Amino acid sequence: MTTAQIADVGETKARREIRMPSWLTSYLQAAPLAIILFCFLLLPILMITVVSFWDYDFAQMYPDFVTFNYGETLGSWVTWKTYLNTLKFAFMVWAITLFVGFWVAYFLAFHIRSSAMQMVLFLVCTVPFLTSNIIRMISWIPVLGRNGLVNTTLVNSGLIAQPIEWLLYSDFAVVLAMVHLYTLFMVTPIFNTLMRIDKSLVEAARDAGASGWQTLTNVILPLAKPGMAIGTIFVVTLVMADFSTVQVMSGGQSASVALMMKNQMSLLQYPAAAANAVVLLALVLLMVAGILRIVDIRKEL
Amino acid sequence: MNKASEIDIASVTKLYGATTAVEAISIKIPGGTYCCLLGPSGCGKTSTLRMIAGHETITSGDIRLGNTVVTDLPPARRGTAMMFQSYALFPHLDLVDNVAFSLKMKGAPKDERRAKAMKMLELMELQAYATRKPAQLSGGQQQRVALARALITNPQALLLDEPLSALDPFLKVRMRAELKKLQASLGITFVHVTHSQEEAMALADVIVVMNDGRIEQAAAPRQVFERPATAFVARFMGNHNVISGRTVENRGGTMTLVVPQGGRFIATDPTDEIGETADLAIRTDRVRIGMAARDGLGFTGTITNIEYRGASVKISVAGAGIEDFIAILGDSEFFATPVRIGDALHLCWNQEDVIVLGRTGSEFHQ
Repeated sequence: MTTAQIADVGETKARREIRMPSWLTSYLQAAPLAIILFCFLLLPILMITVVSFWDYDFAQMYPDFVTFNYGETLGSWVTWKTYLNTLKFAFMVWAITLFVGFWVAYFLAFHIRSSAMQMVLFLVCTVPFLTSNIIRMISWIPVLGRNGLVNTTLVNSGLIAQPIEWLLYSDFAVVLAMVHLYTLFMVTPIFNTLMRIDKSLVEAARDAGASGWQTLTNVILPLAKPGMAIGTIFVVTLVMADFSTVQVMSGGQSASVALMMKNQMSLLQYPAAAANAVVLLALVLLMVAGILRIVDIRKEL
Repeated sequence: MNKASEIDIASVTKLYGATTAVEAISIKIPGGTYCCLLGPSGCGKTSTLRMIAGHETITSGDIRLGNTVVTDLPPARRGTAMMFQSYALFPHLDLVDNVAFSLKMKGAPKDERRAKAMKMLELMELQAYATRKPAQLSGGQQQRVALARALITNPQALLLDEPLSALDPFLKVRMRAELKKLQASLGITFVHVTHSQEEAMALADVIVVMNDGRIEQAAAPRQVFERPATAFVARFMGNHNVISGRTVENRGGTMTLVVPQGGRFIATDPTDEIGETADLAIRTDRVRIGMAARDGLGFTGTITNIEYRGASVKISVAGAGIEDFIAILGDSEFFATPVRIGDALHLCWNQEDVIVLGRTGSEFHQ
């Protein structure tokens, strides 16, 4: 009786079910993301690469296969200097955000005892992100300007006779604004890694006679490396592609690769900008590959 | 020069804010003993261990190791080493560097510390895995690494925080034997925190039963098992029935106890106290069934549950104002005259198997 019933149920089910080979199901599940990535990532990159080989004049682009866009980009001293300048910014911003980011994350992860307080303080870190990048950047101008907050205070308090000129529209201003914009991208992954460190490891180190500094260098720093690597990738790629911060904060006195591309595009030199973009993409990919070679971040993903 | 020093805990109290974790406990653990701190979770055993190790500050009282008062010393200068519950091995270091960690912190040259660590790994039979990371080892192997790392500092006492709780049952029993062997060969004091009675009985020279931040009893396993000091110990060790009631008569070394719902029980008691509440303990495996009891040494109740345990059978009986009275019978004895749930059953025991609880102090004598 029971067996008969079970067989019945099985048959009705089989009739309703739409049969699909199992391999198709997994392909269908992966399809939406694959389509989005293809349309909005692969296709644009492909188009940029294609366009970078085209010819152009002041008004039009001509489908072609010429390499002089690359020749001009790589052969000019201006390009090399701009790349060096961008790399200089990337290095300085990376070093400062790594230092600041690590200590903020360390403080949050190891010195704040209650997890509720940790979350509150972490959210406080993200508050600046409620306003746009541009506004946060521009708000530095009244602070750093010739008659800005800092200079007025210093002059009025009699510490300096003349306003400091290099506070705004200088490399200093560019780096300061970038550090302000990007530190959180360093704090978040490092905080995440530090939170995963078993607190008993710190006790075990103390039990073995390690001082606070020895615990930091022998246990915490090595274990924080994956988070540092992820933060580094964020910051380096963001700085390498930045043009607005450099333009606004340097007052047009400094250049970056992305700014150079923007200028080329406003002159309708799309193929030249495309060639430049391909070179920048290759460079950034090389840098990311280098970071991944040094630090194994697979555990974090 | 005796490497294994006595640990002397003198009225040590630990407060967390307003809650008392450990309340004025005092105990002397002789050098070279295997001591188990036993109790339910939250009884203060781990806090006590961590205070001995120096990972927890002591609110009041003192801890002495050998001739040194270590109350305010940092962990590494106490001569103790701790093995953590999850082993706390450094995941980014290989076994040699894990074991050599404390030597590195002391600034020992690389070759020297690696050679010493290799020797320690050989002792633990782990030399073949020296270049592996902890994550590539099994639970038992990780535990041996943790032991090697703790022992490389030549501690006078090794403190183990629930060392076997992360292992599966078979491995637990095997590692237990290894711990005991290691302690015997090293001759140093082991203080081992556990919530398993079986583990404590198997390992310890001294069992310290703790409850609610206090020491209930500190004695050799056999004494704790056969002569539990308090009702808590008798219940926690799990091999005694505890009968609570009021003494109504106490004459000629025999006292009579009345349970609220009418049962009368007698026990040997040298004191003359009367009218007080008292607890009696009767070993579950000394209870006999099926025979009419002598007055005060048994009762008749209803069987509420029967559990077959292989070599023995556990019978739960309710009656005479006692809710859950347990008798453990040998399987052959049980199956000779089987009974069923709901049957009425006569239970009886001998007067010498009845212990009056709460009469012996909780001081540890050896």
